[in-house]
Amino acid sequence: MGDVILKMSGIDKTFPGVHALKEVNLEVRKGEVHALMGENGAGKSTLMKVLTGIYAKDKGRIFFEAKEVEFGNPAEAQNAGIAIVHQELNMMQQLTVAQNIFIGREFMKSKLIDDSKMNEEARKLFEKLNINIDPEETMGNLTVGKQQMCEIAKAISRDAKIIVFDEPSAALTETEIGELFKIIRDLREKQLGIVYISHRMDEIKVITDRVTVMRDGEYVGTLITQDCTKDDIIQMMVGRAIYEAPKEKSNVPKGAPVVLRVDNLNMGKMVQNVSFELRKGEILGFSGLMGAGRTETARALFGADKKDSGDIYVNGKKVAINSPQDAVNAGIGYLSEDRKRFGVVLDNTVAVNTTMASLEKFTSGLLVNARKEKRVAKHYARKLKTKTPDVDTAIMNLSGGNQQKVVIAKWLVRDCDILIFDEPTRGIDVGAKSELYQLMNELVEQGKSIIMISSELTEILRMSDRIVVMCEGKKTGELSIEEASQERIMNAATLRN
Amino acid sequence: MKKTKKRTQRLIALCALVILYIVFRLINPAFGTYATFVNIMDASYYIGLMAIGVTFAITSDGIDLSIGTVLTCSALISGSLITQYHVPVAVGLIVCILIGMAFGLLNGVMVSYMKLPPFIATLGSMMLSKGLGSIFTRAQSITWPQAGAPGGWFRQIFKINANGVLIPTGFILLIGIAAAASMLLNKTRPGRYIVSLGSNYEATRLSGVNVAKWRTLAYVISGTMAGVAGLAYASIYSTILPGGGAGFELDAIAGVVIGGTSMSGGFGTVSGTLIGVLIMSVLKTGLPFIGLQTHYQQVATGIVLVFAVFVDVINRKRKN
Repeated sequence: MGDVILKMSGIDKTFPGVHALKEVNLEVRKGEVHALMGENGAGKSTLMKVLTGIYAKDKGRIFFEAKEVEFGNPAEAQNAGIAIVHQELNMMQQLTVAQNIFIGREFMKSKLIDDSKMNEEARKLFEKLNINIDPEETMGNLTVGKQQMCEIAKAISRDAKIIVFDEPSAALTETEIGELFKIIRDLREKQLGIVYISHRMDEIKVITDRVTVMRDGEYVGTLITQDCTKDDIIQMMVGRAIYEAPKEKSNVPKGAPVVLRVDNLNMGKMVQNVSFELRKGEILGFSGLMGAGRTETARALFGADKKDSGDIYVNGKKVAINSPQDAVNAGIGYLSEDRKRFGVVLDNTVAVNTTMASLEKFTSGLLVNARKEKRVAKHYARKLKTKTPDVDTAIMNLSGGNQQKVVIAKWLVRDCDILIFDEPTRGIDVGAKSELYQLMNELVEQGKSIIMISSELTEILRMSDRIVVMCEGKKTGELSIEEASQERIMNAATLRN
Repeated sequence: MKKTKKRTQRLIALCALVILYIVFRLINPAFGTYATFVNIMDASYYIGLMAIGVTFAITSDGIDLSIGTVLTCSALISGSLITQYHVPVAVGLIVCILIGMAFGLLNGVMVSYMKLPPFIATLGSMMLSKGLGSIFTRAQSITWPQAGAPGGWFRQIFKINANGVLIPTGFILLIGIAAAASMLLNKTRPGRYIVSLGSNYEATRLSGVNVAKWRTLAYVISGTMAGVAGLAYASIYSTILPGGGAGFELDAIAGVVIGGTSMSGGFGTVSGTLIGVLIMSVLKTGLPFIGLQTHYQQVATGIVLVFAVFVDVINRKRKN
């Protein structure tokens, strides 16, 4: 690590009603990868928005390359050499890679755009960064991982001295994460300062040099990554110790009836001859790498996408599932990995979202019985400990974990006994996570059965009674919790048949 | 949060309506007469009925461009049946509504089941209905039976002339239909589903809701109301020109937007729509009273439309 390149001290920011940042400090050195951690709402993004000129700070000072700076807008920060690679990429999908990288500062030949010059410059840039991408390729044809690399290249081409990565690995495959880390290490060699925001503890240990932890808008402390354990960091984040102890043995009684049987399910390349059984009161974990076909299996089973073939039996009876409607009628509920797109109707209230799947129960004559609807929504909000001012609040005003609880309530009101939870804790902070875990355990105790898709091995090992592992659209393993270990799961998950 | 904001826009529209009315009255007291009031009402019926219908299509995150020409098409065909083919008037009226309903069903099927973009699907049926109406009457204009003439009784649906006193029964009908539509949109299962799928189609589908069916219903309502609007137009203006009606739909859509319904779906207000339509009628009827020709109505409506949405945009920005 070299000299200090960025120093933020005593940064304070208040929004109407929220004290978002309370005298926060952050120091980044040249040639350092600095992790910024904290639960959702801890103030990480706000701090980065202050740094990049999107928000103006109320108090505090920012020193960049030993000079005090004050960025009025993102362009000023960018010109000074501070770049941010957002979680959601901001690329024009129809333009070429080179056109994207040089957008806003195109090379010109008299009055016309010089595309060949831009391609050439982009090629040189990629060579320098050891990235293998064709500059003339259309951006939309690249994978998310490659697009992210273009974003990094764009930042470098703007002479960035500090690059902020906002949860860069969230949408990447294991291989892509490897490539990303290679590039980040390269940038570290080149003496850039890197700020790395992530929720994934394992990555923090692998890639970062120091960790700064925030909690509730406050600066908690900075640690040297090598010298601390995962538990140290988590404890700083939540202010309490959480032990992610794996489950030791299955809680499903012997001879519990099979509630769901899937036979040779097929859908394109992503689901090939997948068969499994789910027992009453069981949490069946679905593990595998990104793109293994787990979500596709769930969607085909639920009728969200059209399956090619396969038989589904609920409580021993064969059911035809060709649409979500059929699945819901068979007692299957699906909690999507992408809550905002597929789970909730953001503009609608908590009550409306709660009754969405079973509105006929709340209709008397022609009209919806709003009073009954609210009563039931309130009942479930209490039961699931959903934090909401009241059930007339638009669901967009709730935190992720609480939105998730409303989606669960939706299926409980509908009396679904088979619940598919697809990445139920993604983007949810640690405290809300353990509440969801507890809720899932309560649900299976009441006789519900859960299929839980998760990319976090610790989560799989902590929650599942049995584990199905998938790889490239095929089921490559099935383990009881007693025999399962991280190593055995990863083995099956990387089994290329 | 979104709802309170939208209520503000409707409130702004209501204030604008009242202020416009008062301003016209102050400048020219003749504007305040009962006859003018009836004129304002007369100008509201067909646009108002169309606008109530298209509120459903817009709330479902769609659009219906065909309503203007569907209005003309159904009034032409049913008028021709009555005057040229001697079909009983009552049957003609029902046929008029059914033709609108049929076009609505066609739009609904194209959008929900054939998955065409609403703009394209309804643009297609706009042209289709425009042509079909003219073909049926061999490009002749149709004049519906006059009041007092045999078969002219249907005009009393929209206006009763009781010994020289005009009773705008159409207004009562319009309010009644608006109240029913508002209840349908806000208090019933079909309405709830239309709002939800307009806000988030996939999430609604994955909740096990038959989204294709309910989205189709939104267009059926829109088309049916265009048929009813055809009756209103025939009874107020008598003569239907083949190939006419294009452009009416834009007036109706403008009314919907001024009233506060979201063009991106997921929120609709029928009462707002009614206010939006009345603003346009007051402008249309009132501008000649202050010495401005009707061309100015379009200028004024354009300004009101842009202003109303601009206020909405500013509001949204401030809330974020």
